[in-house]
Amino acid sequence: MELILSGAVGVLAASGIWLILRPRSFQVIVGLCLLSYAVNLFIFSMGRLTPGAPPIMPKGGFVDPTLYADPVPQALVLTAIVISFATTALFLVVLIGLRGLTGTDHVNGKEKSEA
Amino acid sequence: MNQHLIIAPILIPFVAGALMLLYDDRQRVVKFWISLSSILAQLLIAIQLVIRAKIGAETGGEGITFYLLGNWEAPMGIVLVLDRLSAMMLVLTAFLATVSLIYARAGWHRQGTYFYSLFQFLLVGLNGAFLTGDLFNLFVFFEVLLAASYGLLLHGSGQVRVRAGFHYIAINLTASLLFLIGVSLIYGVTGTLNMAHLANMISQVAPADRPLLHAAFAILGVAFLVKAGSWPLSFWLPSTYMAAAAPIGAMFAIMTKVGIYAILRLSLLMFGTTGGPSAGFGASVLIALGMATMLFGLLGILAAENIGRIAANTVLISSGSLLIVIGFALLGGGEAMLAGALYYMIGSTLATGALFLLVEPMERKDGGIAALLALTADAYGMDAQPVEDDSVTEGPRIGYGLPLLAGGFIVAVLFLAGLPPLPGFIGKVAMIQGLIAVTGIWGAIAWGSIALLLLSGLAALIGLVRIGIQTFWTNEENPSQLMALEIAPVLALAAALCMMTVKAEATLRYTTGTAVALHETSAYAYGVFAARPAVTNTSAKTDGQP
Repeated sequence: MELILSGAVGVLAASGIWLILRPRSFQVIVGLCLLSYAVNLFIFSMGRLTPGAPPIMPKGGFVDPTLYADPVPQALVLTAIVISFATTALFLVVLIGLRGLTGTDHVNGKEKSEA
Repeated sequence: MNQHLIIAPILIPFVAGALMLLYDDRQRVVKFWISLSSILAQLLIAIQLVIRAKIGAETGGEGITFYLLGNWEAPMGIVLVLDRLSAMMLVLTAFLATVSLIYARAGWHRQGTYFYSLFQFLLVGLNGAFLTGDLFNLFVFFEVLLAASYGLLLHGSGQVRVRAGFHYIAINLTASLLFLIGVSLIYGVTGTLNMAHLANMISQVAPADRPLLHAAFAILGVAFLVKAGSWPLSFWLPSTYMAAAAPIGAMFAIMTKVGIYAILRLSLLMFGTTGGPSAGFGASVLIALGMATMLFGLLGILAAENIGRIAANTVLISSGSLLIVIGFALLGGGEAMLAGALYYMIGSTLATGALFLLVEPMERKDGGIAALLALTADAYGMDAQPVEDDSVTEGPRIGYGLPLLAGGFIVAVLFLAGLPPLPGFIGKVAMIQGLIAVTGIWGAIAWGSIALLLLSGLAALIGLVRIGIQTFWTNEENPSQLMALEIAPVLALAAALCMMTVKAEATLRYTTGTAVALHETSAYAYGVFAARPAVTNTSAKTDGQP
């Protein structure tokens, strides 16, 4: 399981970084999305991988913490997903604005040959 | 009530910003007064908090106050921490926000929608980032201030702003992802995100985990360095800051200081003398990057052709010199140097803010702001929209405003060049004194830093005087109309800089106390756990009732 998860993080991060460095604005935004998926999985894995363990402990009495998953990274991941979702949406609006104002989807607002 | 004052700088702009969303965007007068009263309230509270931090230290206490959010005990819940450094930053933010808002009233606030709400949300993020004592909460407040800054940067729209905004958002989103990686790695190694808790644990981390922890802090540091505008992560900064509308540019002057603040707070807390085997981690990198940033800004000023680019490059110089001093402070450079740097940081934020406010009135040829705004509206394809009022600009005009403007300009130049009697000189002398005292291997590097500090002052003087002569002396046209609302903020900033000279001893005493407190991390690191939830009394009371 560790191998699959780390492989997924690696592949997502690598494709994300490659796409961010591309000249088209849509590629950049997809790259940022993939990178944020990679980061979210990474945060999740920081709580250690425990299959089938609930994150919420019952109230009262002694509980063995080793039987439960760490809830903090799950909460962090939720926050991170919400924030990256919102900022990506905002970024998409700027992308469309740039496309509309410059007539090109190059990240610099002009084609390389014109520079 | 009194202990809840700490959270007020976050709640007031939050409520004010949300309230203004309910009003139609044409109700600008109402919105302006709501914003102004919100910011003035923040300023008063921030001053109150500074007094509290100061008196707390002078009466034998540590001068640090903790506020447990949701009344959870320290490592479990999120804490807000008020110490001398954060109180000082709150006052600086509120003051800069006051003058920027008044300046925006001269006409800029009409150039887009939701200006006032976004402005307040920016303040939520800034105040929150200065107050929080939790790493993930710091991330959240960073995102709040960044999201607001994306909107504000695009304020006024237009091709230049949208293009600069696109780069700015892309870079900051990537930096935020690095921030998240760093934070989660730190959590993975130590199991806590509370800064005070981390400071306690840092010397006890298992040797096998330490490289991972260092890597985590390094990744986190990269995210902060992007915000601080450190070379080589700063190429976005000049064009972004130039593209921003003038009052926004002035607010952006403090946004780089958030990055500096985070680096200062975290590095001294984690890698100060109590850091055990990690003590001094990252110091050499900070010094090297600081020097490179200063050199880059220095060359940038000399190459710049307009005042906007010079103003953006002075931001870089200010960041660079602060990074150098933080690096030397980590190596045990002493409190006096850090105190001088903090003093310099207050002044340089005010001076660069003043420069950003001066950019537009100084470059205005004729026809005043009305012509300029008409031009921008035309260029941005908004010509179909007629101006709502007869007069685009508001407030009384001053025919001979140029001499007043020149006065404000001179104060900013004298500060940035580091000439007496302004605080730029006092701050630089304090920093250089500290750097001279550095001996050993680092001595030569300290001398290099001194040279850069002095040369950057010279470069700022050359670049700014050149622009000043072109604008104020060789300009034979009739001076364009300036509005009182544009000149007053610049003069207020200049007056604040002069006040810093008059009150230099008191200010330096405060920053010295701050620097001492930053070095003695135990008050911060253990104080958080001494803070008890406030509920115990109330719950006892309710339990007692039938």
